[in-house]
Amino acid sequence: MNIENSKQNGDFKSPFAVEIKNINKSFGPVQANKEISLNVSGGTIHGIIGENGAGKSTLMSILYGFYQPDSGEIKVHGKLAYFKQPSDALRLGIGMVHQHFMLVPNFTALENIVLGAEGKTGLYKGLQNARKKLEKLKQAYGLEVELDSLTENLPVGIQQRIEILKALYRGARVLILDEPTGVLTPLETEQLFEILLALKSEGVTILLITHKLHEIMAITDEVSVMRQGKMVANTLTKHTSPEMLAEQMVGRSVLVNNKYELQSIGKVALSVEQLGVVDKRGFDSLKNATFDLHAGEILGIAGIAGNGQSELLSVLSGITQPSRGFFKIEEHLFDAKKNPNPRLMRQLGVSHVPEDRHSEGLVLQFQAFESVILGYENNKKLGNGFFTNPDTIQAYCSQLQEAFDVRPQNPRLYSSQFSGGNQQKLVLSREISSTPKILLVGQPTRGVDIGAIEFIHKTLIGMRNNGCAILLVSVELEEILSLSDRILVMNSGEIMGIVPKITATKAMLGKMMAGIPIEEAKEDKK
Amino acid sequence: MQASRLPRYVDIVLIPVLNLLTALFVAGIIIAIIGENPFTALSVMLKGAFVYKGGLGYTLFYTTNFIFTGLAVAVAFHAMLFNIGGEGQAAMGGLGIGLVAISLGSYLPVIIVIFLAILGSALFGAIWGVIPGYLQAKRGSHIVITTIMFNFIASAILVWLLAGMLMAPNQMSPETVSFSDGVALWQFHEIFNKLGFDVGRSPLNLSFVIALICCLLVWLLIWRTRLGYRIRATGFSLKASAYAGYRPETIIIVTMAISGGLAGMMAVNEILGVQHRVILNFTSGYGFTGIAVALMGRNHPVGIIFASLLFGALFQGGAELDFEFQAITRDMVLMIQGLIILFSGALAYMFNPALEKLFLRNELMMRPKND
Repeated sequence: MNIENSKQNGDFKSPFAVEIKNINKSFGPVQANKEISLNVSGGTIHGIIGENGAGKSTLMSILYGFYQPDSGEIKVHGKLAYFKQPSDALRLGIGMVHQHFMLVPNFTALENIVLGAEGKTGLYKGLQNARKKLEKLKQAYGLEVELDSLTENLPVGIQQRIEILKALYRGARVLILDEPTGVLTPLETEQLFEILLALKSEGVTILLITHKLHEIMAITDEVSVMRQGKMVANTLTKHTSPEMLAEQMVGRSVLVNNKYELQSIGKVALSVEQLGVVDKRGFDSLKNATFDLHAGEILGIAGIAGNGQSELLSVLSGITQPSRGFFKIEEHLFDAKKNPNPRLMRQLGVSHVPEDRHSEGLVLQFQAFESVILGYENNKKLGNGFFTNPDTIQAYCSQLQEAFDVRPQNPRLYSSQFSGGNQQKLVLSREISSTPKILLVGQPTRGVDIGAIEFIHKTLIGMRNNGCAILLVSVELEEILSLSDRILVMNSGEIMGIVPKITATKAMLGKMMAGIPIEEAKEDKK
Repeated sequence: MQASRLPRYVDIVLIPVLNLLTALFVAGIIIAIIGENPFTALSVMLKGAFVYKGGLGYTLFYTTNFIFTGLAVAVAFHAMLFNIGGEGQAAMGGLGIGLVAISLGSYLPVIIVIFLAILGSALFGAIWGVIPGYLQAKRGSHIVITTIMFNFIASAILVWLLAGMLMAPNQMSPETVSFSDGVALWQFHEIFNKLGFDVGRSPLNLSFVIALICCLLVWLLIWRTRLGYRIRATGFSLKASAYAGYRPETIIIVTMAISGGLAGMMAVNEILGVQHRVILNFTSGYGFTGIAVALMGRNHPVGIIFASLLFGALFQGGAELDFEFQAITRDMVLMIQGLIILFSGALAYMFNPALEKLFLRNELMMRPKND
């Protein structure tokens, strides 16, 4: 592709595409990277795995020129490199594909790809040249993209390809992919992996950041494990196992996939009938949902992010109004006429752990003791009449922090200063301490470290065993499979079917998530 | 707002003081350029604001105006609303006082009229805040635009009424009749003179005390009540507010009512305290300066008291400068105010990186000893 680059670098003949030596990087008192060294062989797929906050993102940001290291050196194809900004890294052939795409939604795919590299005055000629070059790239790697479609109309899998093409178009020979499969369907993930293998066979070096162990096992040649800012392991993938990697990530052995016992199911706590939500754009984001949620069960909602799960949570918690159908809690019925609201739902014993703890579950600018009363500030115990008593609330917060092992155990710390896992524990502690009858949980372990995941899972199971009805939405299929008693699969706002855990298989759920109805998904299995 | 990595006292005291000194330094250079001695000018200004007879009274009188309008901006800001309409809300507040005082003045006991007039100012200001609030909450019109427009509307209404229906008979200026005797707030110099102290004449009146009480009430509201909690949560995160079930629309409207009410009460100081009749343009820009006051006072009542005092002193001391120096005019004083707003508002965090480096280095050097 970028012939100039390959020629330039050809003289050096280093076996490594990227060499990182003794990189250190601190943010104030926090040292995000400590003496990191890493060699990435050219033309391989190199996985980098670690918990959230382990320093993966910082390291990659240094590698593509977004941050500058405090000390240490980077060599690209054997040549010492200094990056002041991402364009410097790109000039040496290092391109980044971000987890959250950096695309202009109302540009066509082609316009997005050439954005910032349009050539000189006059767009037409530049676009024509780009089109020729891109056709070649597309063919070489199987990166099928309709160049003239509007980006916002394309599925996420295709948008990701645009991002990859963007990097290749600029001559990238080393691609960094940050959590690339987080938003993809199983099928799209497979296609992505095929593309990555094609790229590899053409000599492109790929750095794959992920926290999904099975992806590392499936596609990488080598894997590096980071923990607390340090590089703790570096092995060929064939010489390791998921268990070993998990242990290296947390620094002790953990049960990767805990299966919890099934529990006898109680009476119906929440019944949902033909429930539908039409969003502001007039789009049916939830269609005719019908199901029952029983006391003492966990009903897992599986699906790729953005297929109506969020709308389901927000209508059941009273945040958005149903457009059609109704749902019933005990004798209380809510429909388009009789609107629910979050306060009323809390009074009826419905607690809600929202999907997005940063914008919904917590107020990041609040101190912990303020965040733990969000939605419950009316509680009589927290003050008298019109006023609240900060001392009482702080004592209450300490109590919760102790019970849920939130670290650091300081009610006056700002919510933003806790790690992801501890933030989630704060939210969970608030929602559980009201002893709900129904618990709505969204993405309880997203961006949470393995130690906290275990704790959160055990807490949820404990709640279930005490007779709480739990609706669990998660994009992690593993999590759904290990916690749920029944699994409900959603695709583009519709319920594809409900499967008891015993008969559920990953393959079958995967098909249902991709939109294949339950009957066909079952048949295919046989 | 991210949690600062600096010690609290640096954030609250050192940085504002540094910003103020920088502004004064730059102002000093300009005064030197036009050929006056900056140190003499500064000393005249300080004496004018605090030492000369009646100077302190005038300073605190202006301070009172700034406290009301500053509080108004601060309360709205806690809900992330930018209330630029202090000017119009204050004008309407004045109208509220006038209507109460003129219509009831001769029927009810003075104390009750005064009390109702104060309520009237808050109510009229509140209404003038609620309308833009409603438009923002329910119609999505941006509050900055609507509050600015409402300033013009308020000013036009006042001209219309004061030159028409409410204009005092047998004279030519656009103002109402004077209120009946006693419908006025006590002025401090009268009280002190009665007690036997010799104090210079100044318009400082009981409104100053009311302003300080409002500071306490605002502090209680924002940090000690359930409503204040909801206002702050909504301000920081609309999504969290919707999640908690606070109905952001209601919060916006209620907050704008409180904010408008506070701005409206500025009229208590000017109209009930000094003029004893409604005149045109009595707000003379205090509503706008309130924005700078709130900014400098970090939206905290205590900060607002100090910022108001600073601006009050600038106002009074500036008048003195204008009086004493040939070369320094009223516009010069406006420029100094502008510099202060520039350095403590727009460039408020100019010194942060340097200070952070300084303090963090010290901290790192201290650490091994502590371990």
